[in-house]
Amino acid sequence: MEKLKYALFTGCTAKESTPEQMMSTLAVANKLGIELVELTEASCCGASHLQDYDDFLSLVLNARNIAYAEMHGLTMVTICNTCQLNTAMTKHRLDHNAELKAKVNAKLSEVGLEYKGTSQITHFLYAIIDDFGLDKIKEMVVKPLSQFNIAPFYGCHNIRPSELQNETHKGHENPYKPTSLDDLIIACGGASVDYEEKNKCCGFHAELQAPRTAAILTGNAVAGAMDANADWMVTPCPLCHLKLDTQTHHASVAIGREVSLPVLHMQQMVGLALGCSAEELGLKHHVTKVDFI
Amino acid sequence: MDAIKTQQVTFKVFRFNEETDYLPYYNTYTLDVTHEEVVLDILNRIKWDHDGTLSYRRSCRHGICGVCSIKANGKGILACKTRLFDLVETFGSEIILEPLSTKRAIKDLIIDKKDFWDKHAQVQPYLVSDIEEHPALEHLVSPHDAEKLLEADYCIQCGACHYSCPALAINDEFIGPAAFAAAYRFSADVRDEASLERLHIVNEEAQGVWDCVKCMECAEVCPKEVNPIEKITKLHNMVFEANIAKNNVATRHAVGFAHSIEKHGLLDEGELVRYSEGNIGVLKYVPVALKMFAKGKIVLPWNMPKADKLDEIKKLIKSSSTVKF
Ligand code: SF4
Ligand code: SF4
Ligand code: SF4
Ligand code: SF4
Ligand code: FES
Repeated sequence: MEKLKYALFTGCTAKESTPEQMMSTLAVANKLGIELVELTEASCCGASHLQDYDDFLSLVLNARNIAYAEMHGLTMVTICNTCQLNTAMTKHRLDHNAELKAKVNAKLSEVGLEYKGTSQITHFLYAIIDDFGLDKIKEMVVKPLSQFNIAPFYGCHNIRPSELQNETHKGHENPYKPTSLDDLIIACGGASVDYEEKNKCCGFHAELQAPRTAAILTGNAVAGAMDANADWMVTPCPLCHLKLDTQTHHASVAIGREVSLPVLHMQQMVGLALGCSAEELGLKHHVTKVDFI
Repeated sequence: MDAIKTQQVTFKVFRFNEETDYLPYYNTYTLDVTHEEVVLDILNRIKWDHDGTLSYRRSCRHGICGVCSIKANGKGILACKTRLFDLVETFGSEIILEPLSTKRAIKDLIIDKKDFWDKHAQVQPYLVSDIEEHPALEHLVSPHDAEKLLEADYCIQCGACHYSCPALAINDEFIGPAAFAAAYRFSADVRDEASLERLHIVNEEAQGVWDCVKCMECAEVCPKEVNPIEKITKLHNMVFEANIAKNNVATRHAVGFAHSIEKHGLLDEGELVRYSEGNIGVLKYVPVALKMFAKGKIVLPWNMPKADKLDEIKKLIKSSSTVKF
């Protein structure tokens, strides 16, 4: 097979509060022989908040990020659900509205750029499932996760709205019964745990504005996974990760029950199965201790 | 003509009678289902052939009255519009039928929708306009102006989004996706004169748009593709455009992204929290921040990474900004 190559949009979190996510992405890409060209010029996607303030500015900045992927002639790969949603939403809106696209391009031309619509945008989770292939990952597993019950936490912005998301996912994820992460867990040799909150929201985006709502949603998610006998959780979204990993104290107080589970990034889980070391995967950067390695 | 396909499906149906039961229970029915049948056909067959006491709402059978919405395996649906075979494809051959809200069940699949209508009433879901008693002409709306409603007027008030919204499930004050869509629908209407009043209502903390957790479920579940979260985003924008955004944690959180991107190209996570919460408010985050710092999860200001070609980003922010705070 020809070597897979993508333009990597890291987002901000990978550069700041979840360094382990960046480390494990690179480690896994390396193991799988996937080449990632980092878009160092990219700006923050605005995380669905900038567009509440200034929708047009948010479109221009996201279109600029995509334009850089287009210049490489590569599919853009994201490693954050919210980056995926914002970027894919921008692409969808510009590709379906010539007038808007022209307005955005008028701005981009001021800095010598153009949004064409030639690059696809996909999350790393779907890149490795759709393009690399689960069967091949399975063959490469050297340390199967067979001792573990693993609770997948999908994160809203990879699965909803499905009409938009399925423009890129070949697997056609159904948000009411998503399967990609479950399939990946099984490919890594683990047992996937079914629980009600796996496709629900962690509350991250309202953490400052609506702290009680956000804390209860996090608490419910971790409690759901614990009650289903999960040993740990896994997520493709660094924002979900931040919430589930660092906010369990607030969550426990909010739901009146002590809850806590180790939470791995999807890349860390795959990395473990492929034989990467705990150091390479940055497991020491977690607030809730990863105590099973 | 296609041959009629059938399949055996097991239905677990939520049962509860407010007047006689303490707790709900489920009845199970196993039926042969054909590929043409929708959920409402099944409810009718259960009622007519098995148990005449089963209660549910139905009227138009054409996806337009909005009364038949229930949940199937947790997914909000219109019973009259949802084919059984599609559900079976997603959830397998055991289908669980429940009311939109089990908490609000009166009898079986029928709920008390008072909270839904109250939230609607709260946003003045009607045109407010001074018109003469005997106008000489109709007040026509151009196609261009009608497009501004973004099809928010397609809402049939079925409640599927309202009873699937996680923010509303926790926070009773939250106005909710359907009523926000209605607030947008009338505020975006060129004939309306109460837009500012509505914007004040949706701008309040706890009840307003700021408490939405952005889960996108309302967009997913809506059988009429109203896309309430898109209207919620519009309401956010209109609040800033009308210059009535209060200076509080929620607004600063949105505006803070622009500041941060202008400075670094990226988001300065720590600074966003400080700017949003203020110097005092930020103190409540100190315990978690210390734990995060110990694990190498906090980048100190002098180490903040910057995007390459930051001058481009600055230039675009200058030339493309459309609002001020
Ligand atoms: S969603 Fe988060 S991580 Fe992604 S670019 Fe935006 S702020 Fe950064
Ligand atoms: S699950 Fe949490 S972090 Fe993930 S997309 Fe939803 S709110 Fe955002
Ligand atoms: S996006 Fe907001 S309004 Fe819509 S269902 Fe989620 S929390 Fe509710
Ligand atoms: S917005 Fe859609 S889901 Fe919500 S009440 Fe209206 S029609 Fe139903
Ligand atoms: S019966 Fe009217 S919408 Fe289903």
